[in-house]
Amino acid sequence: MGTKEEAQGTLSSTDFGVAASAFILNWNTVCSSFPPWTWVLSHHQVEGYLSLENMLLSSTQEEHGELSCPGRGIHSHQEDPIDVDDATLVHTNPCKVHYYDLHIIYCNSYRVPVLYFRAYDSDGEPLEFDEIEKDLPAYSKKALSDSKWTFITQEEHPYLNRPWYKLHPCGTSEWMKLLFHADDALAKTGVAIELYLVTWLSVVGHVVGLRIPFEMMKQL
Amino acid sequence: MEEAQKYVWEGAIPLQIHLHESEVTTLPTPPPALILAPRIGYLPLLVPQIKPHFSNALPPGSPDTVWFDYNGLPLKWYIPTGVLFDLLCAEPERPWNLTVHFRGYPSNILVPCEGEDSVKWSFINSLKEAAYIINGNCKNVMNMSQPDQVELWRSVLNGNLEAYVRISSKLKLGTVGDEYADGGGQGQVKTGRVPVRLYVWSVSEDFDDLEDAPQIDSWDKISYINRPVEIHGEEGNYFTLQDAVKSILPEYFPNKSSTNEESSRDEDENEQTVPSEEGEKYLSENVESRYPSDNVEIKLVRIQGIEPKMEIPFSWVVKNLTNPEHYLHICVCLKVPQVL
Repeated sequence: MGTKEEAQGTLSSTDFGVAASAFILNWNTVCSSFPPWTWVLSHHQVEGYLSLENMLLSSTQEEHGELSCPGRGIHSHQEDPIDVDDATLVHTNPCKVHYYDLHIIYCNSYRVPVLYFRAYDSDGEPLEFDEIEKDLPAYSKKALSDSKWTFITQEEHPYLNRPWYKLHPCGTSEWMKLLFHADDALAKTGVAIELYLVTWLSVVGHVVGLRIPFEMMKQL
Repeated sequence: MEEAQKYVWEGAIPLQIHLHESEVTTLPTPPPALILAPRIGYLPLLVPQIKPHFSNALPPGSPDTVWFDYNGLPLKWYIPTGVLFDLLCAEPERPWNLTVHFRGYPSNILVPCEGEDSVKWSFINSLKEAAYIINGNCKNVMNMSQPDQVELWRSVLNGNLEAYVRISSKLKLGTVGDEYADGGGQGQVKTGRVPVRLYVWSVSEDFDDLEDAPQIDSWDKISYINRPVEIHGEEGNYFTLQDAVKSILPEYFPNKSSTNEESSRDEDENEQTVPSEEGEKYLSENVESRYPSDNVEIKLVRIQGIEPKMEIPFSWVVKNLTNPEHYLHICVCLKVPQVL
């Protein structure tokens, strides 16, 4: 990644590919009990994007609709993975179970990744936005009401010709810049590209209630 | 130069709008509405003119969101009307026959539209994106005063070029192209990005008459490419429209050297950056053309209803044929050999 881009918090299309493959490896290792991220080549174009499908995001129990890797990551820093009974993830009200498809797509204009998502219930029916809103953490709800047209909007997926929800990218480079500058280690070891997506998703994921396990940040 | 901009702003498409037969409740069927739609405008903005024309014929009950189709293809409301026309009517149809619906909004296909507000915000978001591409930040747009924002949008709504120029010049969104278009700025090495939206459809068989061009019956047949064109200072007037279009279609016209971004970085930092092996995997996977580049032919390029000569300096095109949100919308038809 060129120093200039690092300094700006952006990355090139090529670097996005590099970052993506590092991210896939990282996630699939640390969160192997979760659906994997895959790289999808778009039909017409040069570029590809990252896809995570059928990710469970619950809206019951915790206020923040938190998603966590069972066994590994936030709630346990142990070396050995704990086999968590999947039943513990299913709550008393199975109808409240919401599934998310997340796509991370490179934006040529802002030179940063952008999160697109859609959600559906256990019958595969797409969720209306007010139901998705209930899933979102409190801070996202506030951001939504403050900036209706510029935070999360429904827009056309760049490749799939269908409406998806999109998280607006125009502030991304600003806070990525801060994150990279704040961590000397990143700058020195030069692994900025490989960690770009984990760093980015650890912030962006919060918007939809996705928490990146701490262990992913340590994977190098 | 201002002449061309005026020409673009005054451009309009005559529309003949029919109410969808399933929604007609009166006899005889209401006659179609005849509307002159500004090229740089958007279809939902025409609804206040269209609705009264059909209100007597509509079934009772509150209508859904309005939407349009052309030969059964639902029209994307955030694409400027002129672009839709250039793209979907290979042989220009005058008047352009569209069907209007007041019910049954296809929300699995079309992004929701809440009338003028949705169009305005789509416009402002595109303007922000264009500003970011041109200046590296969208501060100018974000810091627009409320009255300025309102006036800018009004000027687009009403096709008032004078008012538009007055407000938009404050945004300082001139592109690299400007200095060359004016014939000045010799010897300045400057790299810049130009906001471009490309709509590409391909055919495998040749056609002589546009009438024989295959009908576009699905949006899946069109590649929408939202990719800025990079202009490198040294190229100046030698950078043609053809060069620009090819530069953002590397899958059909692979770049011989490294990608534009890398070469511009090299210019700035004077160092050779070598993509890592992983990066190369994606790079070679992606940039390898599916077709030998000799066999891919640009059959048609249409901008603002014009088919410019491909040798025209790109800077002129940018300066004169851009839409108010500072995007250049280019419709391209490619002839590609049959994929075996």
